[in-house]
Amino acid sequence: MMEDEAFTDINGKTISLDCQSHSSFCREFTVSSPKTSMAKVMVYTCCVWLLSYTVFFFTQNTAVLSAAIVITLVSMMLHIHFVKVDHESLLVIGSLGIQLSSNYASGRETTTFIEMNKIKDIVINEAIYMHQIIYFLCVLLKDPSEPDAVSSVVPLFQSSKPRLNCLVKIYKSCQEILSKC
Amino acid sequence: MVLKIFFPQCCNRADSGLLVGRWISGHESAVVLAVIHYPFIPGQVKQYVQQMQTRSGVELSVLGSWSLPKEGQEGMESFLRDLSTIFPQKRWLQISRQMGKTGFICNVLNRDHDGESAQKVKRKKKHEDVKGDEGEEDKEEEEEEEKVIFIHYEQRKVMMSQLHPIENGLQDPKTDSPSELRQMFQTVAQSQPLFFMDKYDDGPLKSTHWQSEGREASIIVELLKQASVPLCLLVTWLLSLWTWICNIRIFSLYPFCFLSSKLSTCVQLSYRTEHMRTLSSPRPAAGHTQFMRKANIFVSFLVDVALGMLLISWLYRDNHISMLANTLVPAADHVAKQLEELLQWLMGAPAGLKMNRALDQVLGRFFLYHIHLWISYIHLMSPFIEGIFWYGGLSACLGLTFALSLLSDMVALLTFHIYCFYVYGARLYCLKIYGLSSLWRLFRGKKWNVLRQRVDSCSYDLDQLFIGTLLFTILLFLLPTTALYYLVFTLLRLVVVLFQGVLHLSVDFINSFPLFAVGLRVCRFYRLAEGVKFRVLCDEPGTALHLLMEINPLKVSTVVQTYRTPTYSCYPKDSWAALVKKLFVGELIYPWRHKTTKTD
Repeated sequence: MMEDEAFTDINGKTISLDCQSHSSFCREFTVSSPKTSMAKVMVYTCCVWLLSYTVFFFTQNTAVLSAAIVITLVSMMLHIHFVKVDHESLLVIGSLGIQLSSNYASGRETTTFIEMNKIKDIVINEAIYMHQIIYFLCVLLKDPSEPDAVSSVVPLFQSSKPRLNCLVKIYKSCQEILSKC
Repeated sequence: MVLKIFFPQCCNRADSGLLVGRWISGHESAVVLAVIHYPFIPGQVKQYVQQMQTRSGVELSVLGSWSLPKEGQEGMESFLRDLSTIFPQKRWLQISRQMGKTGFICNVLNRDHDGESAQKVKRKKKHEDVKGDEGEEDKEEEEEEEKVIFIHYEQRKVMMSQLHPIENGLQDPKTDSPSELRQMFQTVAQSQPLFFMDKYDDGPLKSTHWQSEGREASIIVELLKQASVPLCLLVTWLLSLWTWICNIRIFSLYPFCFLSSKLSTCVQLSYRTEHMRTLSSPRPAAGHTQFMRKANIFVSFLVDVALGMLLISWLYRDNHISMLANTLVPAADHVAKQLEELLQWLMGAPAGLKMNRALDQVLGRFFLYHIHLWISYIHLMSPFIEGIFWYGGLSACLGLTFALSLLSDMVALLTFHIYCFYVYGARLYCLKIYGLSSLWRLFRGKKWNVLRQRVDSCSYDLDQLFIGTLLFTILLFLLPTTALYYLVFTLLRLVVVLFQGVLHLSVDFINSFPLFAVGLRVCRFYRLAEGVKFRVLCDEPGTALHLLMEINPLKVSTVVQTYRTPTYSCYPKDSWAALVKKLFVGELIYPWRHKTTKTD
C-alpha cells in the first residue's frame, strides 16, 4: 500500500508525505523536504564572486579569485553532505522498535534505531521556534529506573518540519501500531 | 504478540534439517544459530546440543525444523511434524521455503504442558495463489493469530561486533534485563564454539552456519604468539630494573624530584613506562575495553617508534646535525641582538611615550646585563652543542614523542633568559598592582579584612593617610614604565609558551590517539556497532515481514572519544578568561603546569 500526499511545511513550502504499509504492524513514513531553489544558489554564488571580484579590483591579486572558486565549491559540497536533508523517514515496526533515518542530498544516511522497550509513547508537542509556535512529533523515552518518568525526548522530522495536519496523520497510524503491540 | 525470528543469512539456502538456536526469554523472539542436516540420530543431536550448551553457556535448544525441498523430496510434511514429538519444546517452529521463491512459510506449533498434540497451527504463506473470497477469509483468520517477523542477520558480523555503550558484565540491578538486541548480540557472540564445526568434518552431524574461510597467514600469527611470551618476559624484567633505578633514594631528593616533574622528557618517560607495563602484563586482556586499550597503546607505540626512526634516518644522513648546530648559535646571537635593540628602544621614548627616565634606565641596564650573561653562556656551550644534538637525536629511536619532548626541554633551556625577563617584569608589575590596590582601599578609607575575607571600613590616622596617598601617587606614576616592560616580555614569553604548547599537544596527540580503534572503524566497521538498522526486504501483501538487520557503525568522533588513552591533557584546563586575568594581574604562566595554559 502506498499513498503519496502533498503537504506544506511551517514555512509554507510544499513537502510530500509518503506512507508505505509493509504489513499491519510495520509502516514507513517518508517526508521529502522541499528542493533548494536555483535562485538561492545563484544569489549566494554571485555574492561570493562579486565580493571576491571587488577585493581583486583593489588588490590585483588573482589568488583571491581562485580562492573564491574553491570556497564556493567546498561550501556547496559541505552543504549537500552535512546540511541539506533530502528526505527523512520513520519506520515503525510493532513490538520491535522505531527507526529514524535522514538521507542527505549527497546520499549520506544517518540512522537511529530505538528499541520498543525504551519507548514510552509518541506524542505531538508544541515548541517555540524563533518567533512562532510550531508542532512537532516526538518519541518519549522511558527511564529504565523509573518506568513512569520520561528520560528524554527525540524529535522527529527535524529538518522538514511538517505542519500539524501532516503530523496528525502520521501520529494516528503510529498510535494504531503502538496500541496493538 | 508478534513473534520475531532472527535468521542467519548463510542458512537461507541450507538443506533441510533442524534449527538450533535460543528462545530469548521475556521477549517473543528466537535466534536461529545453525541448521543441522538430515540424516541424524536424535540422541546424537540432543547430546551435541547439550555439549554446546555447557561449552558456550547459552541456553541452546532445538527450535524447530527447516525444510527446503529439492527435486524428488516430497512428502516430508508429516515427518517434520513428527519431529516435534522427539524434541519436546513449548513451541515448535516449522519454517519452510520453496525453491525459486524468496519468502519463507512459518508454522508455529504450540504445545500444552501435558504433552498434548499440537493444535494451533499458524500459517503465513508467500506467493499463495488464492484469489477472491477465499483470500480475504484467509486474511481475516490470520489477523487474530500470531504474526511473524523474519529478521535476517549476517552471522559473522553480528558475532564480531561489539555493541556500544559497553556493558562490563556488571548488570545494574535497577534495569531488569538487557534489551532484546543486546541479548541477541550476546547470544551470537557466545555461541562461537558452535561455529567451529567445519562443513568438511566427518562427524555424525552435518550443519550449516557461518564458517570462516580459514585463517590467513595463521603460521605467522602462531609464531608471533609464541615469540610474544619471551618478549613480554624480557620487557617485564627490563621494566622492573628500570623501576628499581627510579626508586633509588637519591632521585626522591628535592632537586631531582622537582626537575623530573617539570622536564617533559621525564614525564614522557613515565608515561611510556606505564604503557609498557600495561602491554607486558602476562594476563590476557579481560573484556573488550581492556583489549582495545592494549591494542591502541601497542599501535600508537609502533607508529611512534616508526616516526622516530624516520626522523633519525633524516637527521643522521648528509650531516644534518652539524648543520643544525651551526645554525643554532648564530640564531641565538641574532635573537640576542634583536632583544638588545628592543631594550635600547624601550630605554628611550618608545612609541613616543614619556617614561620615568631613572627607572627606565635602571631596568634597561639590568636586562642588558642579563642578555650579556646569556650570550656568554651560549658561546661557552657552543662546542658541545653538536654533541648534545647527536646524543639527543638518538632518543628518537625510543619514539618521536621523546624527540619532541627533548626539543621542548631544549627550547625551554635555550630561552631561559626570556623566562627570566618575564619573571622579573611580572614580579615587579605584580608588586605594583597589589600595592596600588591596597593603597586605593586606603585612599577610600577601607581595608582588606583577612579573617573575614572581605573589605571593611577603617579609620586611618592623618599620618597614615598622608604617607599612603604619597606612596599611591608614586606607584601610580611609575606604573606605565613597569607595565611597558612587563607587556613586551610577556609577549616574548607567550611566543615561547605557544611553541612549547604546540610540541606538547603533538606529543599528547601521538600518545593518546586511538589509532587501532579508528583503523577498526575504517576497515571493519561492523566491529564497533552503535546499534542496528533495519531494511524491509520483501513487502508483498500477505506474506511474513522480512527485515534485513544491518549494523550501524559507531561515529568516528565517538570512537575517538571512547577509546582515547587518558593522559594529562584530559584534565580540565583554565579557560581563556582565567588566562587573561592571570596576565593582567601579573601571575606567572607556565607551559608545563598542565592545569594552566597549554595554548589549546
